[in-house]
Amino acid sequence: MRSFSKPRKRPRFSFFKFVVRTAAGITAAAVLFLVTYILVKGIPHLSPGLFAWVYTSVNASLLPALINTLIVVLLTLLLSVPIGIFSAIWLNEYAKRGNRLVMAVRLAAETLSGIPSIVYGLFGMLMFVVYLNWGFSLLAGVFTLAIMVLPLIMRTAEEALKSVPASYREGSFALGAGKVRTVFAIILPAATRGILAGVVLAIGRIVGESAALIFTAGTVAATPTGLFSSVRTLAVHMYNLSSEGLYVNQAYATAVFLLAVVIGLNTLSGWIAKKISGGT
Amino acid sequence: MAKIGVFRFLTGTEWKPSGGIYGIAPMILGSLYVTACAAAFGSAVGILTAVFLAKFCPKRIYKFLSGAVSLMAGIPSIVYGFFGLMVLVPATQWLFGGSGNSLFTASLLLGVMILPTIISVSEAAIQAVPESYYEGAVALGATHERAVRTAVLPDARSGMMAGVILGVGRAVGETMAVIMVAGNQAVIPSGLFKGLRTLTGNIVMEMGYAEGLHRDALIATAVVLFIFILLINILFSLSRRRVSQ
Repeated sequence: MRSFSKPRKRPRFSFFKFVVRTAAGITAAAVLFLVTYILVKGIPHLSPGLFAWVYTSVNASLLPALINTLIVVLLTLLLSVPIGIFSAIWLNEYAKRGNRLVMAVRLAAETLSGIPSIVYGLFGMLMFVVYLNWGFSLLAGVFTLAIMVLPLIMRTAEEALKSVPASYREGSFALGAGKVRTVFAIILPAATRGILAGVVLAIGRIVGESAALIFTAGTVAATPTGLFSSVRTLAVHMYNLSSEGLYVNQAYATAVFLLAVVIGLNTLSGWIAKKISGGT
Repeated sequence: MAKIGVFRFLTGTEWKPSGGIYGIAPMILGSLYVTACAAAFGSAVGILTAVFLAKFCPKRIYKFLSGAVSLMAGIPSIVYGFFGLMVLVPATQWLFGGSGNSLFTASLLLGVMILPTIISVSEAAIQAVPESYYEGAVALGATHERAVRTAVLPDARSGMMAGVILGVGRAVGETMAVIMVAGNQAVIPSGLFKGLRTLTGNIVMEMGYAEGLHRDALIATAVVLFIFILLINILFSLSRRRVSQ
């Protein structure tokens, strides 16, 4: 990295260097220990019983929770992705610079992204479960999560749109395309990858979320029969297993599974993002 | 909140929903203590790791370490909590006695959880310092360590501050991991190895069965939490503005 020759080392022991190295060592050790511990404890318990169709108190199956997680992810994205992308388009392509409303939306998105998930959970419970009287339901959980990931999707989509070169827009206009056509035919395709990376990141957050779901989607460990039945996602499932204290081994196995899913998603997102900066 | 009285609600040291006594001072203090300890641990280790990554790291280790940091950022908090419950709690119990559910355990776990935030923001801040500062210091005869310490790091200070503030925001808002290791007694923590309850924990523990005034008190707890987060956000955007100037 440094483009010149290294300064001559003094033989003296450097305290600063020692401290810095120790800190890096602590960080690396913490990650390695955590991951290997979970893997070692969890992998032996990945038994077929964990993937049984129906949850019983004997097998503590995670399959219903997994199916629920997939449904929740799909429905949440269905709600939040269009809203997020369209508001990003509006912010970046249509709104005038220095518009008061733009500042307000940005500020709102920034504040929203800092709010702890338990506050979302509380709001979701009061709004959807109690006030709208949906009960602990799939729908209440999905709405709560959609509000939660909206700022994330919006911000990443906006960044992606911003990185589309201005010459694309100018070229499109020069060829006589209108504003709407430019946005949909030129800019969106060019920004797809960036938007996708944000969406994958959002999926990771949804999968790992538990605090916002316990009081909105509930904790029933069965596949849902409708939009208003209560469901339990993988993360909530794991919380229940570990707080009951009876299924420690299954909890380890679930942790392995959860860890694998989230790491996989993050790698995918990083890979997509890298393709943007590296590829055409 | 008005029914209880704002002042009594904020400073009351007793939380007994069954007796109609609502005072959240223990939870406010609990949150402050945990956050302060976690930030102390997290920022010390985090900033130094960032310095290592940016200035002292051989390329091969860099790849591994930065991968590990981004992996850390992706681990769900429930997994951290479970790890804390199964490993840190028994370890604390064995080493220091007590129940193991304590301020110490919670801060340690949270400190680890906020590491990736602090590391990535501070590393970016250090990388953003113009290379000429470093070169100038080396040209004046400073060693590599000295150049980094006296010329590069002071300039990255406000960026590193921003990272710490962001980490603090995460620590205040963290729920699931903390309730699994903190013990959740609604009393003012009396020592490093005593249990405590945070604002977030207060909400999640009792929301399931709260009714009437009790529920209102929990909502008010969320409002207090919200104000904390807002203050932290404002601090963060202020420190970031200073960076960009």
